[in-house]
Amino acid sequence: MREEKTLRAGQPGITVRDLHVRYGQYEILAGINFTVPMGDFLAIAGPNGSGKTTLVKALAGLLPVAKGEIIFSPGIRLGYLPQKTAYADPRFPATVWEVIASGLAARNIFPRALTPHDREQIGDALNLLQIEDLAGRRIGMLSGGQQQRVHLARAMVDNPSLLILDEPTGALDPHSRECFYSTLVHLNRQHGVGIIIVTHDVSAIGEYAASVLYLDRKVLFHGSPADFEADAAMEHYFGLHQRHEPHDHHRAL
Amino acid sequence: MFFSMLGYAFVQRALISGIFIALSCAALGCFLVLRRFSMIGDGLAHTGFAAVALALVIGASPLAVAIPFVMLMSLGILRLGGKTTLYGETAIGLVSSLAMAAGILLASLGGGFSVDLYSYLFGSILAIKESELILSIVLSTVVILIIKIFYRYLFSITYDEEFAKVSGIRTGLVEKILILLTALTVVLGMRVVGTLLVSSLIIFPAVTALQLSKGFRATILIAMACGVISVSAGIIASFHLDLPTGATIVVVNFLLFVAAFIYGRMRN
Repeated sequence: MREEKTLRAGQPGITVRDLHVRYGQYEILAGINFTVPMGDFLAIAGPNGSGKTTLVKALAGLLPVAKGEIIFSPGIRLGYLPQKTAYADPRFPATVWEVIASGLAARNIFPRALTPHDREQIGDALNLLQIEDLAGRRIGMLSGGQQQRVHLARAMVDNPSLLILDEPTGALDPHSRECFYSTLVHLNRQHGVGIIIVTHDVSAIGEYAASVLYLDRKVLFHGSPADFEADAAMEHYFGLHQRHEPHDHHRAL
Repeated sequence: MFFSMLGYAFVQRALISGIFIALSCAALGCFLVLRRFSMIGDGLAHTGFAAVALALVIGASPLAVAIPFVMLMSLGILRLGGKTTLYGETAIGLVSSLAMAAGILLASLGGGFSVDLYSYLFGSILAIKESELILSIVLSTVVILIIKIFYRYLFSITYDEEFAKVSGIRTGLVEKILILLTALTVVLGMRVVGTLLVSSLIIFPAVTALQLSKGFRATILIAMACGVISVSAGIIASFHLDLPTGATIVVVNFLLFVAAFIYGRMRN
C-alpha cells in the first residue's frame, strides 16, 4: 500500500520497502527496497522491460502497490514529468501558460480560481526555466527541447521538493539533452529539489547523478556512480548500453 | 423580412433554445474532440432515440424518459470502454447500434414511426414548446456553469490525464461529469437537429475553432461563437428557403469549418 507517515526530520525523503507491483498475474517488480534522501539526484537505469517506468509510476501513485509500502516524509511535494509528454500533439490548442497553470496541484473536489499568487508562481516557473518569451505560444508548435522545458516548468510550478521524471530526454537531440540536464542540476543544487530520473543515458548518469539504482525487476545495484562503475557485475549491463549509446560520452563509466 | 420572422413566437423559441443548446454542445465538443471521444455524441443520440421510442410506446414525456436513460447509458459506455477489453470507440459502436435496433423494435411495437418519433430522428426545433424552451435554457445554463466550475480539471485531464492524476485530480470523477453533461446536452440537441445529426453540433464548432486558436480557453469561446452562428443562420436560412432546419444548421457548420480551414492554412 502507498501511504504517508509522519517521520522525524532528517530521515529519508522516500523509503520503499518490499515493493511488489503486478499487471494482472504478471509481477513486474518483485521485492524492491531502497531509500532516497531529500535532495538526492537518483538515476534509475535498467534494460527494457526491467520495471523502471512501473517503479516511478508506483512512486507517483499511478499504479497500485500489490505488496510492500512506499513511505514519504511529511510535507514532501511531488512533481512529475511523464514519459509520453516528450512531444505534445501539434494540434492541441494550449498555450505554454495554460499548460504550466495546469501544474498547480488539485487538493479539492472543486477546482479553485487562479489567485494572483498562483499567477506569480506561474511567472516564477516561466522565469526559472527561462521560457518567459514562450508563454503565449502554442505548446505543439515548439521544439522537443522547448516542450520539455515547459513540462518541467509545469512539474515545478507547485514548488515540489522531489521531481520524478520518466525518460524525459529520449526524444531530444544531444544539445537539448545537455540543456535539459543542466537545468535539472541547477534545480537540484541551487534549489534543493530532489530528482528521481529514469534514463537510458549512460553519460548523464555519470556526469549528473549523485546515485544510481540499477533495476531488473529487483534492485541489482544502489549506490554512487563511481561504485557502479567499479561494480564488476554491472559491467556487463553497462557494456551493452554503451554500445547502443549514439553520442559521445563526457565520461566513460 | 428578417425582423418579420422574429415576430413569430415559434421562431423566437427556436432561436433562443437553439442558441443555448449550441453553446453547451460546442463547449463540451472541445473536450470530447481532443479526448478522441467525439463519436460519443452519435452513440448517445442513438440511445436517446431508443428512449424516445420507449416513451412514446408507454405514453410518457420523451424528454423525461430520454434524459435519465441516456445519462445512465453514458456511464455504461464509459464503464464498457474502461473496465473491459473493449476500446472506447468499440463500446460506443456496440451500445449505439444496439440502442438504434431497440428503438426501431419499440417503434414497430408502437405501431410504426409516428410524427413525434420522426421529429426526434430529424429534429424539429421550429416545433419546440414553451416548456421545452425553458428546459433547454435551464439545462444548458447548468451544463455551461459546471464546465466553468470544473474548467481547470477538465483542461488537465484533456491535456495529460496521467499528470492530472498525480497532481491530485480525481480524473474518474471528472470524466464521469463530462460524460453526464454530454448525455444531457445530446438529448437537448436531438430536438434541434435530430438524432442523426446531433453529433455535428458537438464536433463541427470544436474542429472549426481548432483551426483558428492557439489557446484552450480561446478555442472554447470560438467554438461557442461558431455554434451560435450556425444555429442562428441555419434557422433563419431554413425558414426563408423552406429547407429542413437540422440539415441546414449542419451545412452552415460545414461552411464555417471550410472558411476556418482555409484561413488557418493561409495564416500558417
